[in-house]
Amino acid sequence: MSVNSQTLLAPVSSRRRLTDRGMRALLLALTLVALVPLVLIIYYLLKEGLKSFSGSFFTSDPNFSTSFTNGSSSNGGGIESAIVGSIELVLIATIVSVPLGLGVALYLSEYGKQGRLATWIRYFLDVMTGVPSVVFGLFIYILLVSGSGEALWKASLALALLMLPIVARAAEVVLDLVPGHLREAALALGAPRWRVISKVVLPTAIPGLVTGVLLAVARGIGETAPVLFVAGGALGTTLNPGGETNALPLMIYNDISGQYAASPGASGQGWGAALTLVLLVLILNLLARLISRRSRLA
Amino acid sequence: MSTANGTPEEGPAGAGTQAQPPEQAPAPASAPGQVAAKTGHEISVSGLNAYYGSQHAVKGIDIHFPANEVTALIGPSGSGKSTVVRCINRMHEEIPGARATGSVTLNDVDLYGPSVDLTSVRRLIGMVFQKPNPFPTMSIRDNVAAGLKLTGTKPNDIKERVEKSLRSVGLWDEVKDRLGSPGIGLSGGQQQRLCIARAVAVEPEVILMDEPCSALDPGATLKVEELVDELKSRYTIVIVTHNMQQAARVANSTVFLMEGEVIEHSPTNELFTRPKDERTERYVTGKFG
Repeated sequence: MSVNSQTLLAPVSSRRRLTDRGMRALLLALTLVALVPLVLIIYYLLKEGLKSFSGSFFTSDPNFSTSFTNGSSSNGGGIESAIVGSIELVLIATIVSVPLGLGVALYLSEYGKQGRLATWIRYFLDVMTGVPSVVFGLFIYILLVSGSGEALWKASLALALLMLPIVARAAEVVLDLVPGHLREAALALGAPRWRVISKVVLPTAIPGLVTGVLLAVARGIGETAPVLFVAGGALGTTLNPGGETNALPLMIYNDISGQYAASPGASGQGWGAALTLVLLVLILNLLARLISRRSRLA
Repeated sequence: MSTANGTPEEGPAGAGTQAQPPEQAPAPASAPGQVAAKTGHEISVSGLNAYYGSQHAVKGIDIHFPANEVTALIGPSGSGKSTVVRCINRMHEEIPGARATGSVTLNDVDLYGPSVDLTSVRRLIGMVFQKPNPFPTMSIRDNVAAGLKLTGTKPNDIKERVEKSLRSVGLWDEVKDRLGSPGIGLSGGQQQRLCIARAVAVEPEVILMDEPCSALDPGATLKVEELVDELKSRYTIVIVTHNMQQAARVANSTVFLMEGEVIEHSPTNELFTRPKDERTERYVTGKFG
């Protein structure tokens, strides 16, 4: 017996230990390799982007006027119109997609449940989430832009289409996290279902819902394809939803390989816009994390 | 004393969906022993069948729950106790695939009748669940008032009603200084009494309790049991329990269920001391279950 337990407790062979150590080192190395591009992206983004960061960069519109060539100071101007445009775009897209998405989610989690229609809707939403974003831009282009021109609200609609399935699915997950016994408690008090939803389910789910919306906004604000040929790309700041607008992803594209690529200062402006966009998305993600951490549903 | 009015001997009569008015006098006769009981609200279950999908959980049972009395439902797991209770306030049908046939009457009104409003049924028949389930987003005060707000009745005396309900569950003195703090901040036993206060606040006629003490420690259990004893002067109470001592302590009569059928329904002390059915005896003496 004692011999037996001694052999059982004896250290494993040195070959096995060596293999274990080798595998560990290999996996760590692979992880580091995977991180290389990410680190490089952040490095260049900061290095190039910070160069153009200054007070006026955020408060002046891009300027690529070719008529007067004053060499030294023509640095392409700031990106105010792109920032404002991007915020306007996602704001309208959020106003459109959140009520719709939340409605779909409420239907799925409170009424449809595992029914045939709900299952189909869920499948449809999943397919919609996977549709390449350029297709939404194309759809809006054919439907609204072709013939009547590009406009801010049309680009917003394209983004709303992109965000709708994301919001709906994220919200459904959160609503499903609301414990069933709370719904039962409310129903057993004699509450009609709509009051159960408005007074118990939604208040309990609110932090999670906000998180889901923020993540959808973060996704929407960085999308380039849907706004590429729908938003217009005017250089001036516009507050008119019917007018053409600039946007951060659009600005980056135009600066680096689009219509302003040859202009002086364009590439610096592009880097600055890229860094701004990344920071915006980062802030949105941090906010989402912060709110979900305070959620009562864990 | 004759056995309670439930007549299990009649057997599962053909599961009629038709409402069959019970034989008892329509006048709400209060139990003979009761002094100055309020107008009784009795519940009669007859020919009740309940299903979960294809599973036949309750098999054509008849039980009478007399007004202002505590009736306990005991039986092994899966015997259909909870299902019976959930059929009384029509919560059973909330489960996808679940359905029920037969009749449940509250003072001769068939709760499954076509002209009966589902939400009214649940307002008149309050329920306390196995796990304390106060609403996490609401304060203690709002939890008690939740039933009033959720049913759209907004009486002017909400404050008084909250106090009265909390007093009736013996929680007032413990929480009166922190009515605004969250209900989930209370201890388990306090939470369960809060849930009872919430059920009482809408002024129901009947209170159903589905194993209300199974998540509580002995001290909290004792408090809830004392509460049940007090509440029966105003309400008709149906309590599901796994704990036979609890049934013996609180119930006027006890129903023993097995595999979806009523095996025996007798005054509590009779059922525990002189059970008529051999299966009841084996269960209450701990030989199975």
